[in-house]
Amino acid sequence: MVESEASEDRDFRLEARAWLKANFPASLTNVPGLLFQGDRHAAEANADYQLWRARMTDKGWGVPTWEPRYGGAGLSATQAKIIGEELTAIGGFNPIRSYGTMMLGPTLLEYGDEAQKLEHLPWIASHERRWCQGFSEPGAGSDLASLQMRCTDMGDHWLVSGQKIWTSGADQADWCFALVRTDTSRKQGGISFLLIDMQSEGIEARPIVLISGSTHFCEVFFNDVKVPKGNLVGQVNHGWSIAKRLLQFERNSLSEVKADITPLAPMAHDYLGTDALGRIDSPDLRARMVRNGMRHAAYMATVRRFAQEAKNGGPSHGVSTLKNLWSGIIQERGELLIELMGANGLGWSGDAYAEAEREATRAWLHSKAFSIYGGSYEVQNNITAKHTLGLPG
Amino acid sequence: MAVLNDEQQMLKDMAAEWVRDRMPITALRSLYDHGGGGRSDAIGYDPECWAEMAAMGWTGIIVPEAHGGSDFGYQSLGLILEELGRTLAASPLLSSALGAVTALRLGGDAVQQERWLPGLADGSAIGTIAFEEGAHFAPERIATSATLSGDQWIVNGRKHPVQDGMAANIFIASARTSGQPGDRDGLTLFVIDADAAGLTRDPLDQIDARRPAALTLKDVTIASDRVLGEVGKGADLIDAIVDRAAVGMAAEMLGASAQAFDTTMDYLKTRVQFGAIIGSFQALQHRAADLFGELQLTQSAVEDALIAIDDDAADISALASLAKATAGETLHRISAQMVQLHGGIGMTHEHDAGLYLKRARVAEQCYGSTAWHRDRWARLNGY
Repeated sequence: MVESEASEDRDFRLEARAWLKANFPASLTNVPGLLFQGDRHAAEANADYQLWRARMTDKGWGVPTWEPRYGGAGLSATQAKIIGEELTAIGGFNPIRSYGTMMLGPTLLEYGDEAQKLEHLPWIASHERRWCQGFSEPGAGSDLASLQMRCTDMGDHWLVSGQKIWTSGADQADWCFALVRTDTSRKQGGISFLLIDMQSEGIEARPIVLISGSTHFCEVFFNDVKVPKGNLVGQVNHGWSIAKRLLQFERNSLSEVKADITPLAPMAHDYLGTDALGRIDSPDLRARMVRNGMRHAAYMATVRRFAQEAKNGGPSHGVSTLKNLWSGIIQERGELLIELMGANGLGWSGDAYAEAEREATRAWLHSKAFSIYGGSYEVQNNITAKHTLGLPG
Repeated sequence: MAVLNDEQQMLKDMAAEWVRDRMPITALRSLYDHGGGGRSDAIGYDPECWAEMAAMGWTGIIVPEAHGGSDFGYQSLGLILEELGRTLAASPLLSSALGAVTALRLGGDAVQQERWLPGLADGSAIGTIAFEEGAHFAPERIATSATLSGDQWIVNGRKHPVQDGMAANIFIASARTSGQPGDRDGLTLFVIDADAAGLTRDPLDQIDARRPAALTLKDVTIASDRVLGEVGKGADLIDAIVDRAAVGMAAEMLGASAQAFDTTMDYLKTRVQFGAIIGSFQALQHRAADLFGELQLTQSAVEDALIAIDDDAADISALASLAKATAGETLHRISAQMVQLHGGIGMTHEHDAGLYLKRARVAEQCYGSTAWHRDRWARLNGY
């Protein structure tokens, strides 16, 4: 593919390669970027991460396609892809990547007014303003549009009261983009999209302990919170279409294909032994691992095919199908990994379990959320049935 | 359920009531540390509840009357284990009243039975079996050695995980008196006291908060009258004990599956989304109906295996594997669906779904994993 590249793209690739090599701190090689994305304290404590963030901010390469006045570099989508590829090739990561760049930024670019863009995008582009997403509520999960958090027009400001749940990183966020109810007489047509400063009076974020021990998600309580009038994005009561667009960005990022997952076979040989014919010495577990490995291979082929078809202008309706396939394959893999580890895959803490074993156990528990968040398995299948297959309902 | 006689029905009702009252799911929750894993000061069971179980006679249900038990049979004990499984009640009943008692019933001579069964029957002693030595259940692949020195055995090795190993004061442990790991010949069972010189134990912090033990045996001296069965010929005895322990675990898993299912059905009947009770959606109704079918298979397989043990039938091993593998598959699916169908709330430590999911995966591995029992069933049935 690289050989057939246009010469200007080829030149850009060489330039990007040289700059990344010179500027990516060696100490961060192969460090998962998610670590800093999800943990403000880890990000603030790591000087090399801060150096890397500052360099990428100056270059505008955290959000390469955004206009320079918003903190980007004004590059083409192809050039942005080249930066990503070259970064992956040296074991690097984008230090700017966040809910801001993946979800709110693209949404503001489409729906925000110029003042909102200038107020927020440069801070997202430098990753100095962390965002959280205030969508779900205790009574509004899969049925998001039934949300109840009240937003009342007080003339010179909005007054917000209610509760959000499953708000990732709310206890570490500077700002929140939230769906609020501005009209109780209509369901979807009574929702607005509001930007809320988390420092405002009346906001409390409480971490929720998950089955994996993670405390990343929060419940957030809003008690008569005053929000400036200019913080409403788009028109009043038109927030639902903005939310749907944003959820598309979220689904795209969730089904984004990472590098190949680590194959189970070598570990299975270690834990289960090898029979006289060189096979993993548990016929039943082996057969199920094989099935999972083959489904993963076919899934990767499907992702490539869908991408190719989308490039050629074909239908791009595969996101829900892909998400359910992916969550199913990864959840099964998580189960198989702890199963092949046997009793060693059942530990929570202590030296009796290797670090990789404890991580596998937590990852297995965490993976149960894959078919719940970002549109549950059931909701995704409804979308496939209705929109892809045209079934009535 | 199989037709129960009056005594069994009374026992089941009594157990259900006692478990609801004394060991609800909150009792297990109190063993958990914040967010998961066992509290480091927890011993994995509640001595007060254990004493009450003993007072009700549960610890002596399969002990012959001559040794202080009621000899009600495995079916009766299975009914109690099933009820305990409903609330994931943590107690050494399965390890001691089924595992250790079975070892003595099947392998002990009259003197040994009289020496240990009365204590196990009245609950003053807690026993457990210690057959495993690694990540995967494989009773023949053991390296712990026992060598004869005069008229005593010297045992060296490590046994783990040992269920309820921190609570037990008697271990029924396997060791190799000859041969290599993997050989069926050369396995011998010993009754070892927890306070034997040279025996140390460390808790394993497991996801189900049960804290099984890892035993280290260093030059532990064991008198020759503590050998169960024939020296070097323990493999068949081990199989027979494992069969019965696996069925007991399957009964517990049946109870856990049934409760996980019931709790999930309650949620489907009350949670409203899209202006409707979510249980009215056909996709979820069909999933519930499928799971109900799996529960039926599990209940039948467990009951048949328990009855076969009481009847001393010829095909106990195949029925035990059927029960354990079927219960394993059912609990696996129901516990995962319990989380899925509760949605986000099911992912929180505050909700019970995670407790069932974690206990499920431990139970699936215990006394032979689902895969192990499928393989054995396949061998026994000519596949």
